[in-house]
Amino acid sequence: MVTLDVNGRAHPIDADPSTPLLYVLRNDLELNAAKFGCGLGQCGSCTVLVDGQAVFSCLAPIAALEGRKITTVEGLRTADNPGPLQRAFIAEQAAQCGYCIAGMMMRAQALLQAVPAPSDEQIRAAMEPNLCRCGTHMRILRAVRRAAEEMKSAAAAGARKEAQR
Amino acid sequence: MWAKRILLLLLLAVVLGAGGFLAWAWEPALPAAEPPDRAAFNRQRLERGAELAAIGNCYVCHTTEGGKAYAGGRPLPTPFGTIYATNITPDPDTGIGRWSEAAFTRALREGVDRAGRHLYPAFPYDHFTNLSDEDVGALYAFMMTREPVRAENPKNELTFPLDVRLSVAGWKLLFFRKGRAEPAADAASSRGAYLVQAVAHCGACHTPRNRLGAEDTRRPLAGGRAEGWNAPALDAASPAPVPWTADTLFTYLRSGFEPRHGAAAGPMAPIVRLLAQVPEEDVRAIAAAVIAVAGPPSPERQRTVDALLGRLSRADAGTVGLGADGKPSGNAIFAGACANCHSETRLRGAAGALNLALTSAINAPDPGNAIRVVLDGLHPGASGRGPSMPGFAGTLDDAQIAEVIAYARSRFSTQPAWSGLEARVRGIREGKEPF
Repeated sequence: MVTLDVNGRAHPIDADPSTPLLYVLRNDLELNAAKFGCGLGQCGSCTVLVDGQAVFSCLAPIAALEGRKITTVEGLRTADNPGPLQRAFIAEQAAQCGYCIAGMMMRAQALLQAVPAPSDEQIRAAMEPNLCRCGTHMRILRAVRRAAEEMKSAAAAGARKEAQR
Repeated sequence: MWAKRILLLLLLAVVLGAGGFLAWAWEPALPAAEPPDRAAFNRQRLERGAELAAIGNCYVCHTTEGGKAYAGGRPLPTPFGTIYATNITPDPDTGIGRWSEAAFTRALREGVDRAGRHLYPAFPYDHFTNLSDEDVGALYAFMMTREPVRAENPKNELTFPLDVRLSVAGWKLLFFRKGRAEPAADAASSRGAYLVQAVAHCGACHTPRNRLGAEDTRRPLAGGRAEGWNAPALDAASPAPVPWTADTLFTYLRSGFEPRHGAAAGPMAPIVRLLAQVPEEDVRAIAAAVIAVAGPPSPERQRTVDALLGRLSRADAGTVGLGADGKPSGNAIFAGACANCHSETRLRGAAGALNLALTSAINAPDPGNAIRVVLDGLHPGASGRGPSMPGFAGTLDDAQIAEVIAYARSRFSTQPAWSGLEARVRGIREGKEPF
């Protein structure tokens, strides 16, 4: 038995310790955002956050994840009340078939948590491990830029409120 | 009275010695020349220069990540401090635009720049000193016809007394012997040895160095260090489970991958990208010359290798996913993170990844390279071609990486277990092994 902390909730998991996190997310927890693409850590559609870092969940055995904070797209907020990154991806219509998008978003989230105002070069370098077969890369890049802007102004507004108190 | 006289004599000896050393160490500045015109060099000489520059991988050290070719600035961490590569484009002010061919030749042969300053041996003039006149001329033609780039580079960060250039003269007195290769011989064997020694300077990384940073010339290619990686021994002590042959080494040097050995990684990756661009017969000659250093494997070694390959190819036929003992993986992390690509039984797994029993990294005396590959993965260069492996730095913590490497060592190697793995993983992750 392994206990996983997914999106802030503890989940006891009864599976072989070598089971990749992706299978547990989708089959046991019914968190279906992360996708199975290649199963080889080459495409990025299964990307989730572990302790704030983007990792391929298809190659992350649950034996390695006890006590670590796992975040999926479902942890960024809901369809009815999307978070800033989700809003930016919707505004830029970054998804075509959508298969890669959950992974793209988590890769972008990891970048924006570490580098709040990334340069275009930094965005391209950070997003490089994730592939999109439809070819919406330019929209994805725009969405990441937009999310960075939105998060920045939200943080600035938050700071103003804080100062007024 | 006697004491005073002895003291005076000693003082005189010291003064004379120091004066003699200074006179010996002093090198004149050579006159500035007008940057030569491209038309001054014939095409054949330029083409040969381009090939020699690729074999000598000038680009690799003299270009920063994403920077302009040959404009320098790339840091080379050494035990003595950090040295920044110089700008070797023909820019007249910040590069070598005002260097005459004589000045260029002196830099390669003697390690002295145009102004007469001794160059640090991070620039491998201990190898280039053996270049033939013709090849130095071809390299000069190639470098002087590159795009001039105006680029000032950072100052070296060296500790006293090494930050004083004169200390290099002392180093040369101890370790440097000026050579002069005869015009390169035609015979493939001597040509290969010349390319390995004088041009490709394989020994700069693959030969062990002494405490003052000089190559131990009695043990050529016996294994060294490069930017925190182990440059494996290429002599009889090679850690490769399947001994290299001239053919397999050629394939590796030419393409960056060999199915019985694996992928070029770390500082070797940019080298093989350059070797893809030079005449095939030069790479074949280099491979043959390196193999000649190791000599043929002993009959005993060959039997072990045949047994290993036989076992792995029999497994190819059936027991997929089971170990040689018929049991599934004994390690949950290996099974979940590695075994998808690295079959535990077959020669090659999904997407062509190697069985780790074939890799030098898992069979080497030191775990450093294995740790680096697990942390950072393998990434194809700008061409986008070549082996690719994800890094596990974000997925696995230090203890877990240590555990999975210890498991791989026990399962895929007959070499003794590594000790202190977790501390090594932590150190490498924190950048504590830069050279």
